[in-house]
Amino acid sequence: MTVGLFIPCYVNQFYPNAGIATLELLEKAGVKVVYPMRQTCCGQPMANSGFEHLTKDCNELFVRNFAEFDYVVSPSGSCVLHVKDHLHSEKREDQAQAIRGKIYELVEFLTDVLQIEQLPARFPHKVGLHQSCHGLRGLHLSQMSELVAPTFSKPEKLLRLVQDLELIPLSRKDECCGFGGTFCVAEEAVSVKMGKDRVADHLQHEAEFITGADMSCLMHMEGILRRQKSNVKVMHIAEILNAQEIG
Amino acid sequence: MKTEPTKDHAALAHRFNQDEPRVNWHDETLWFIREKRDRAAFAIPDWELLRETASQIKFHTLSNLSQYLAQFEANAQANGITVHWAADAREHNQIVHSILQQHGVTQMVKSKSMLTEECHLNDYLEQHGIEVIDSDLGERIVQLAKEPPSHIVLPCIHLKKEEIGDIFHMHLGTQAGVADPQILTETARQHLRETFLTRKAALTGVNFAVAETGEFVVCTNEGNADMGAHLADVHIASMGIEKLIPRRADLGVFLRLLTRSATGQPITTYSSHFKMPRPGHELHLVLVDNGRSVQLGREDFRNSLKCIRCGACMNTCPVYRRSGGHSYQSAVAGPIGSILAPNLDMKKHADLPFASTLCGSCSNVCPVKIDIHNQLYKWRQVIVREGYADPKKTVGMKAMNLVLSSPKTFTLSGKAGRWFMKTVPFLVSNKMNPWYKHREMPQPPKESFGEWYRKNRKPHE
Amino acid sequence: MSSRDQILTAVAQNQPPLTPLPEVPTFQLEAPDLVEKFSQVAVGIGSRVFRVKGYEEVQEILFHDFKANHRIISRVPELSSFADATLLEDRNRHQLANVDLAIVEAHFGVAENGACWVTEEVLGLRVVPFICQHLAILLPKDRLVPLMHDAYASIGSAEYGYGVFIAGPSKTADIEQSLVLGAHGPRTLTVFLMGQ
Repeated sequence: MTVGLFIPCYVNQFYPNAGIATLELLEKAGVKVVYPMRQTCCGQPMANSGFEHLTKDCNELFVRNFAEFDYVVSPSGSCVLHVKDHLHSEKREDQAQAIRGKIYELVEFLTDVLQIEQLPARFPHKVGLHQSCHGLRGLHLSQMSELVAPTFSKPEKLLRLVQDLELIPLSRKDECCGFGGTFCVAEEAVSVKMGKDRVADHLQHEAEFITGADMSCLMHMEGILRRQKSNVKVMHIAEILNAQEIG
Repeated sequence: MKTEPTKDHAALAHRFNQDEPRVNWHDETLWFIREKRDRAAFAIPDWELLRETASQIKFHTLSNLSQYLAQFEANAQANGITVHWAADAREHNQIVHSILQQHGVTQMVKSKSMLTEECHLNDYLEQHGIEVIDSDLGERIVQLAKEPPSHIVLPCIHLKKEEIGDIFHMHLGTQAGVADPQILTETARQHLRETFLTRKAALTGVNFAVAETGEFVVCTNEGNADMGAHLADVHIASMGIEKLIPRRADLGVFLRLLTRSATGQPITTYSSHFKMPRPGHELHLVLVDNGRSVQLGREDFRNSLKCIRCGACMNTCPVYRRSGGHSYQSAVAGPIGSILAPNLDMKKHADLPFASTLCGSCSNVCPVKIDIHNQLYKWRQVIVREGYADPKKTVGMKAMNLVLSSPKTFTLSGKAGRWFMKTVPFLVSNKMNPWYKHREMPQPPKESFGEWYRKNRKPHE
Repeated sequence: MSSRDQILTAVAQNQPPLTPLPEVPTFQLEAPDLVEKFSQVAVGIGSRVFRVKGYEEVQEILFHDFKANHRIISRVPELSSFADATLLEDRNRHQLANVDLAIVEAHFGVAENGACWVTEEVLGLRVVPFICQHLAILLPKDRLVPLMHDAYASIGSAEYGYGVFIAGPSKTADIEQSLVLGAHGPRTLTVFLMGQ
């Protein structure tokens, strides 16, 4: 099995550790991982702003980069959902469709494909889990609080495999953080207020770390935490699942 | 009107957020209703099947709407109801006005009807010398405050009781400083009872109209629609053409869903079925299109017409809760309003599909399973394609596309300063970087993932 | 072309291809005891509920709150000793504004939501259950159905000019979501579940 590693543009630029942890987690599970060097972005920032018609070049590049792999895995629910829903190619539509069927967000790849039941990780901290909306309501990584249906949570299941990690409860377990792509600047006031409220929920429940499967939401909340001079940190779930604090 | 049509949602939301404790109060009040909805829904194990059934009935109705409209008209007429057809808001208002003129009526009492808000009926009638008193308590309050409703189910949810106390003090003579909801409601009861007893014409909205029987159903908690309709000589009911359902038995599905979704109650206090005029009196029904047939033709957006106006999408919307209904500048605010309004006036409402993070909670609470967040995404594409996007944004997006579609430029611009933060802020017109106002920028690491990978693994070029 | 024809033409042109009309699935109420469920829900939405054997008990209970000088109306013959039915004509409808108590009979009740179904023919006048200050509904306890689906199965294709489900006293929460009973209609609703 060869996995093509898709590291979203902003993770590549700002959060290389999330990318490295993703790569190492997959390698430790015995998967052959390849990172195509010519990758850039899934095109979501443009498409969500109403410019999906401008994403053709991005899409073609994406297909060229990832068509050859058995699976494509990425540490971002939002980018994966975008590819799943919107990837097309004028020249190679069959390959685009194939990618839409074999792209996975990291957490679902670990639980559903690799069926990970054990992790050699230890993280002795109180952790709050942020359910990013696209992973939650788009990829169904967890049950959505609105639906009258049995509960489950794939990220929570993985976090429970980490030794000494204490998962804190939240008052609003899956409310949006307000990042929303270009929403974060176009609707700055509401975006910030949503982020502050989400952060406050974690702080009230004494989180030391806020984690999640989407770095973009975490980047937004990190911006707010740091402005508040809080000691609470954000950390991508891959880094926690790959944590090496063996005591 | 306090709203200024020149400002967009972001600007009005910014203003709303100047008073943070008030935003907290607004958010918590509406979240409380979302929680009540959850409790009501979770008490029904078959809730999701009920939603699916409602969705299918509504979509079927849309797929056969012309026949159902004709069937409904014939049955309603056979029941003695006078049926009118209005192609647009203006014609609706003219029809209502002419009925009132025929009866020499200059004062009318009206229960809640979002359609009449959409048509600006009150303004029209007032310009023609007819006084309209809204009888729903929340609507009466915003009417006295000279504001539009901020929520389709809870019209004055943006006002605090002290502010309502001031309004009542000014208009209804309560003592200054009285803000007890019990006392204020009692005052409104006395004031509106007098209105009900003296009005010869009453207008109500319609929640559901049944094709097979020619009857229509109006749901209220206060009893104001019935007080108006049963005491007046003439009852006028206004409904959008999408309010139809095929069978009386379908009401069982919709009445179970409507109020549980709206407020968490098992049903409204009154679900009134009007089938025939009161003996000796007139019952007029106005069927209004006003853009609905156009929306029906938009494949991506037609199922927005399934909406039963419960307001659940507003209560759950994290943006609505923190920006207030008036920031949408549309009779129907919130997520559902944001997919309905662009159909009526795309240029005026071009901001609304962008007033969302696309979180998707709206679609999950919707009792008729409208894929609201997907339609918001699709409206964004239409609005940009039709040329209603900010030109600066278009320039920015094209620049972003250049960077993202070329691996070389992408690597260079990354090294030159982590393109993301440099790129995104110029998509909006603010001179200041809006990210940095209340958030720290991410700290650029010493190397990107790509750079690390090149050093530590065998690159796959 | 008339607006009617214009609208119908546009709708016919723009409506999607016909999809099937689903049968309403069979839903069940999980509570086995309908009287218990009805009472619990009705009290939850602000009604008072009494289980009574007959009309004498109804009168006894109502007379705790109402006296001979109160204006009480009803078309129920068994209550004619203290409730008046003479003014129930359309031209007198405005004069009902000072009715203290109206007592009506319901066709049936719905356990899941505490609603009672009444129609014009049992009301006499449509405005009766709205204009009175207090409302009492008499409901044979063997006429409870579990869910709204059962309610409409009961109604079937019955003819009526006007019918209404009444669930609780008139209420509003428009001011800061504070629940106030007695908005425009009755301030209280008392339901008598009748029968041995």
